[in-house]
Amino acid sequence: MKKSVILGVATVAGLAAAAATAGTVDDVKARGKLNCGVSSGLAGFSLPDANGEWQGFDVAVCRAVAAAVLGDSSAVEFVPTTGKTRFTALASGEIDMLARNTTWTFSRDVDLKFEFAGVNYYDGQGFMVPKALGVSSAKELDGATVCIQTGTTTELNLADFFRANNISYEPVPIETNAEAQQQYLAGACDVYTTDASGLAATRATFENPGDHVLLPEIISKEPLGPLVRHGDHEWGDVVRWTLNALVSAEELGVTSANIDELSAGTDNPEVNRLLGTEGTLGEMLGLNADWAASAIKAGGNYGEVFAKNIGEETPIGLARGLNAQWTDGGLLYSPPFR
Amino acid sequence: MTTLTDPPKEQFRLSMLLYDTRYRSATIQVIALIGFMLLAAWIISNTIQNLEGLGKPVEFGFFAESASYDINQRLLEYTSQDSHLRAAFIGLLNTLVVAVLGCITATIVGVFVGVLRLSNNWLVARIMTFYVEIFRNVPVLLWIVLAMAILIEGLPAPNAFRGDNPTATMDLFNTVAVTNRGVYIPEFLFSRSLGDIHLFGTSSLRFDISLDLVAFLVVLGGSIFTMRKVSAWAAATQESTGDRPKIWHIQLGILFVPMIILMTALGLHLGYPELKGFNFRGGTHMRNSLIALWLALSLYTAAFIAEIVRAGILAISKGQTEAASALGLRPGRTMRLVILPQALRVIIPPMISNYLNLTKNSSLAIAVGYMDITGTLGGITMNQTGRELECVLLLMLVYLAISLSISAVMNWYNNRVKLVER
Repeated sequence: MKKSVILGVATVAGLAAAAATAGTVDDVKARGKLNCGVSSGLAGFSLPDANGEWQGFDVAVCRAVAAAVLGDSSAVEFVPTTGKTRFTALASGEIDMLARNTTWTFSRDVDLKFEFAGVNYYDGQGFMVPKALGVSSAKELDGATVCIQTGTTTELNLADFFRANNISYEPVPIETNAEAQQQYLAGACDVYTTDASGLAATRATFENPGDHVLLPEIISKEPLGPLVRHGDHEWGDVVRWTLNALVSAEELGVTSANIDELSAGTDNPEVNRLLGTEGTLGEMLGLNADWAASAIKAGGNYGEVFAKNIGEETPIGLARGLNAQWTDGGLLYSPPFR
Repeated sequence: MTTLTDPPKEQFRLSMLLYDTRYRSATIQVIALIGFMLLAAWIISNTIQNLEGLGKPVEFGFFAESASYDINQRLLEYTSQDSHLRAAFIGLLNTLVVAVLGCITATIVGVFVGVLRLSNNWLVARIMTFYVEIFRNVPVLLWIVLAMAILIEGLPAPNAFRGDNPTATMDLFNTVAVTNRGVYIPEFLFSRSLGDIHLFGTSSLRFDISLDLVAFLVVLGGSIFTMRKVSAWAAATQESTGDRPKIWHIQLGILFVPMIILMTALGLHLGYPELKGFNFRGGTHMRNSLIALWLALSLYTAAFIAEIVRAGILAISKGQTEAASALGLRPGRTMRLVILPQALRVIIPPMISNYLNLTKNSSLAIAVGYMDITGTLGGITMNQTGRELECVLLLMLVYLAISLSISAVMNWYNNRVKLVER
């Protein structure tokens, strides 16, 4: 398969299939850097800060994987992608993984040949409108102009929702979140629709967030998670279990504060297996024994990452809701480390 | 006695392919051709093999599947239940709309600017130079984005038209609404409409043709045909008697009277836009994305056309102008009757490539969310189905077909205006 690299044959379609079945783990190790696709700018999820450092909830997943594989959470090359370019970037091997609020759907998993490594945020599609419009339900939006990011599942949900309720709308397709924000604020559209978390994040960056309301309807299930190319199961396992490690760490009470202490060994065999002081889980993945410990040290456990980037203390102010641990009535449930 | 001997027949040897100059070039060409074909075959087979390795063999069945997304600007009826092929077709029409509008506007503006750039008026000539230089030297994508930003930020939202003391009002006697969602203009409605013809049944390419439009075109065509006959009669009279009969009032009558009769028969009335609910309803909605794209593309291309027109005019020798003046033609007539017809021969060929450029540049539409074929087939459809190769190949084919058609039409026109050599 190497031969196609020489001429970049299918670059015509942005499709160099060469990297599809190669060992991404080895590639990343050899490169010493993880190429991680993120969104091109969504506060709280992935946005460069004042120093140009990428920060956010999705970014933290990239950093955790880089820490697990390479032992260095800063060995990440962040590749900004739009809703339109993300899948081509992943399929062509330009990025090793995609952590960009991407909804896990049947056709993306099966037909587009990707593999979802789990869910890092349970979301649903919502609507944001200016308070001044006096709209209290999405069903009152008959005839409204709706801004929407093109190439997303939200575009399809929107069509379904309005058709099911037999009301009309005027879609305004837009490429990035920033442009959508500009059009929405200028009044070129009445409504902005995307994942509820994205709406909250966008609203947080407005001058007067209080002038805008999120409508109560959540019209879809949007399980967002990192994904990799289909067929490279070793790499898929690495990403999946890194994510699980963050979730398990929260469940087991492993935090960035006490991880050094716990790494010395504890009475809890599961914590020991997770942190690599017992068993050979790291070896099975082809990684160091302390892979999960490095991943957790990168930004803390799932709860810490959530609280730091999008939690209620931040301007974005999202409640844990569905994203609480199963023990707290949420949906987060990591399979056991055994 | 004479003996006829055949010249010694030269034996063909294989080495002659290389050493004989008569054959050598052919040999090299054949080898190069074989090499090129091998390379192409290798590229194609490698692509197909790799795609199959990825589990995505090349096939076009997905076009029949339901598209499930909506398109805002649709010239034909379309719902999210229609197929991907239908969505691509709607996108294609949108591409053609902006390309045709753009080419017409660019030509008019370009010819105007090109002629005025040669004006003796210092100020006018300098302003036109400024226009040409500023539009030609900034990428068209920036012009498109700028036009869109101005439309969105500079114009009032429909909300501003609401209430007892609105901050914005409709223009032209309350018939046109200029908003940051687009311009709403009155539409033609017929109370005794003739209806539509439905072509292609229920297939993806189904097409409705309004009989009102057909009637309009037939009457218009008839009028123009009659006007040309009258014109020819006037010319013949002038030939024989030396006096040209006054025909402008007859011409006007031929143009307008049948049209007015037809429109009255069909019950023509205007539908005005009205603020209802969230948006203006009624009237024709020209979306911002269309206006921004149309304006930017035509102004950008017009700058190039202006230069072509100027070059074409300068290519006609000064003697022509002087001869025309000697005959007593005024400057305007000299330009229209003497210079421009000759300049056209120089102007048309480079003009073709500018029309092609404009059409191809219209694929930048996604920057402002205009749903052309790149936005539907090469955007949403490609993204939702993951069929990059198939979509891109088809897209290339479509643009190729459009470009070749434009070339064909323009070449036909070029043949008509070029010098007939005897």
